[in-house]
Amino acid sequence: MIRFLIKGLLRDRSRSLFPLITVTIGVALVTLGDSWVNGALVDIVDNNARLETGHVKVVTRAYKEQMSSAPNDLALLDTRTLIDDLEKEFTDMEWTPRIRFGGLLDVAGENDVTVRQVRGAGLAVDLSEGSKEIERLDLNKILVQGHLPQAPDEILLSPGLMENLQVDVGDEVTLISSSMYGSIVIHNFTVSGKIHFGIVALDRNMMIAPLEGIRYALNMEDAAGEVLGYFKDPDQYDKNLTASIKERFNRMYYNPEDEFSPYMLTLRDQNFLNDILLLYENVMGIFIFIFVLFMFIVLWNAGLMNGIRRYGEMGLRLAIGESANHIYITSIAESVLIGLCGSFIGILIGLGFAWYLQKYGVDITSMMDSNSLYMSNVIRARISDSTFYIGFIPGVLATALGAIVSGRGIYKRKTAQLFKELEV
Amino acid sequence: MKKHHIFIATGIIFLTALQAAPLPDGMDILKRVDENITAENRIMTSRMIVRSRRSKREITAKTWIRGMDQAFTEYLSPAREQGTKMFKEKDRMWIYSPSTDRIIQIAGHMLRQSVMGSDLSYEDMMEDPVLSNQYTAITLSVDTLRERPCWILELTAKTEDIAYYKRKLWVDQERMIALREERFAKGGTLLKETDVFSVFQIEGRWYPKEILYKDVLNQNSEGTRFIIESLELNADIPDWRFTKAALRRS
Repeated sequence: MIRFLIKGLLRDRSRSLFPLITVTIGVALVTLGDSWVNGALVDIVDNNARLETGHVKVVTRAYKEQMSSAPNDLALLDTRTLIDDLEKEFTDMEWTPRIRFGGLLDVAGENDVTVRQVRGAGLAVDLSEGSKEIERLDLNKILVQGHLPQAPDEILLSPGLMENLQVDVGDEVTLISSSMYGSIVIHNFTVSGKIHFGIVALDRNMMIAPLEGIRYALNMEDAAGEVLGYFKDPDQYDKNLTASIKERFNRMYYNPEDEFSPYMLTLRDQNFLNDILLLYENVMGIFIFIFVLFMFIVLWNAGLMNGIRRYGEMGLRLAIGESANHIYITSIAESVLIGLCGSFIGILIGLGFAWYLQKYGVDITSMMDSNSLYMSNVIRARISDSTFYIGFIPGVLATALGAIVSGRGIYKRKTAQLFKELEV
Repeated sequence: MKKHHIFIATGIIFLTALQAAPLPDGMDILKRVDENITAENRIMTSRMIVRSRRSKREITAKTWIRGMDQAFTEYLSPAREQGTKMFKEKDRMWIYSPSTDRIIQIAGHMLRQSVMGSDLSYEDMMEDPVLSNQYTAITLSVDTLRERPCWILELTAKTEDIAYYKRKLWVDQERMIALREERFAKGGTLLKETDVFSVFQIEGRWYPKEILYKDVLNQNSEGTRFIIESLELNADIPDWRFTKAALRRS
C-alpha cells in the first residue's frame, strides 16, 4: 500500500512537489530556530553561571535582600569552614568564594594629582594554585594582553576601563571603594593584563582581582559576599536537581531568626533568569505553533487545489467501488508520507544552516550597546538532540491536518452522479 | 463638681496664656546657637563608636579646626585606620591613605560616602557649621527634651543646592545648644537624626559631649555614637597643619 502511494507521489510530481517544498522550508526554519534558541539559552545560562550566579549560590539572607548592590557589609564570614562543610555534604559539586565590589579607579599624574577617575565593577576570584576559577572564567582565553595576576595586588582590567583610564599593562591604578565595615578604602593595584570577555556589559567597566588582594583591601578576612557552587560535570546541571540541593541546604543551614545565616539560591532564582529562561523555553513552542498554523493553511489550500485537479481520479475510484473512507485515509497517508519526506529534507537543510551558525555564529555587538544581560556578542546556534527530531512535529502535523481538512470534500461526492460527471 | 469646673477653667486660662506668649524669633535663636558652637581654633580628640547590624567598632581621632573653613583630622585607631588623615579647606576635602601613600580628593558622589563606616558622610563634614549662613529659621513651639526646656526650630535652606533642605532643631533654651536634630530632604523624607545625650561647658560655652548620629536610610546601621574626649578652644595651631603637605607628615 505504502509502496503504491510512494509510486503515485513520485510519478505524479504535481501531487507532491508543492507540499514537499512547503514542508521542507517550514521544517528547515523550525530546525534552525530550535538550534538558535537552544544556543542563546545555553549562552545565557552558561555566562550567568560562570560569571555571577553559579549553578547555586550561598549568601546571607541579609545580603540576598540587597544582592543587586553587592552589600559586602552583609557578607558571609568564616567561609573556609562553610566551604569545608559544603564539600563534605555535596560531593558532586565544587565551591568557590567570590566578592563582587565596585568603586572608582583612580590614576595619578604628576605630584600625585588625580588625572583620571572611572567607575568600575569588580569581581574578586580565587586565583590561587589548584583553583578552577581560571578555567571556569576562561581567563587564559579572554586575556588579550599581559598576564594573569601573580600577586594579590595585581588586577585585570576590561578594554573599556583601560581605554578610559588611559593605562597600560604594568601601570598602577588606585581602587577607591568601601571596606566591609563601610569605611573608605584606598588601595593600589598594578594592571597585570587586559581581558576581553566578548560581552558588552562586562567589556565596558569590569575588573578581576585576586580574592586575596580584595579581601585585604576591603578588610574581609575569611569573608566573602558569595560562595558559588558548580557541578563538577557541568552537563549535570538541571533545574530540578539544583532546586532539590537548595531545599536540602536551606533545611540544614538556614535559620529564619538569623539574618546572617547562609541561604542558598539556584541559578534561576537570580537575575530574573527564571522568567528569561521560561520565555526562551516557551519560544520554541510558540515557534512550532506558528509554523504548524502557517503550513496547515498553505497545505489545506494545496489539498483543495489538488482535490480539484484530481477530481476525476477521485470520482473514478469511487465509481469503481473504492469507499470514500479508504480514499480519505489514503490521501491522509499520502500527506503523511510527504510530511515525513519534507521533514527529513527540511531537517537536513536546517541542520546544515545550524551547523554553520554553530561554527561561525552571528555577531550582534551593535545590538548590545545598552544590554546588561550576560550574553555573548557572538551568538551561536547549538545542535542538540531535539534539533534532529523537532522538525518532524510541524512537518507531519501540518500536512496531516491539511489533508484531513481539505479531503472532507470526498464525502460530498454523490455516487449517482459520478458517471454523469465523468461523462462516461 | 464646682471645684472640678474651677480646675478646668483655670487649666484652660493657663494653656491659653501659655499659647499666647510670643515665641522668640527663630533666626535670633539660631544665631545664638551658632555663636555658642563656633570658635576660632579648636583641637579635639574624639571617639566614634560605630554599630552595624553585626559589629561594633571604635575609632579614635584627633582634629584640628581653624575658623569655619579649615579642618584636619588624623585617625589614631584602630590599627588599620591609623595614620589615615583628612584635610578640609573651604569646599574641598582630601584624604590620605598611608598604605598607598596617595592623597585623593573627595568629590562628587564620594562625598555621600560614609566616614569610616559611620552614619556621618563626608558631605556632613563639609557643611558650613554656621547654620544661620545657609538656613532661615522659624520657631515652631516649645518642648521639653531630656528634662530641658527647648524651642523647636524649623530651618529651611536659603538655596536648593544643599544636602538637607529642611532641619528641625530642639534647642536648649538656657544653654543654646541643639539637643536633637532631624534632617530632611526637599521632598520631606527624614534622612538623619542626631541626639545629644550629654553636654559639657568650656570657657563659658556649652558643647555636646556625646552625640548619637543615625542615618535613617541606612538599614545596616544602628547609629554612631560620637564622644568628645577632650576639647581645647582657641588653641595655638601652626599654619603648616592646614596644608596638603601635612597629610604626608607623620
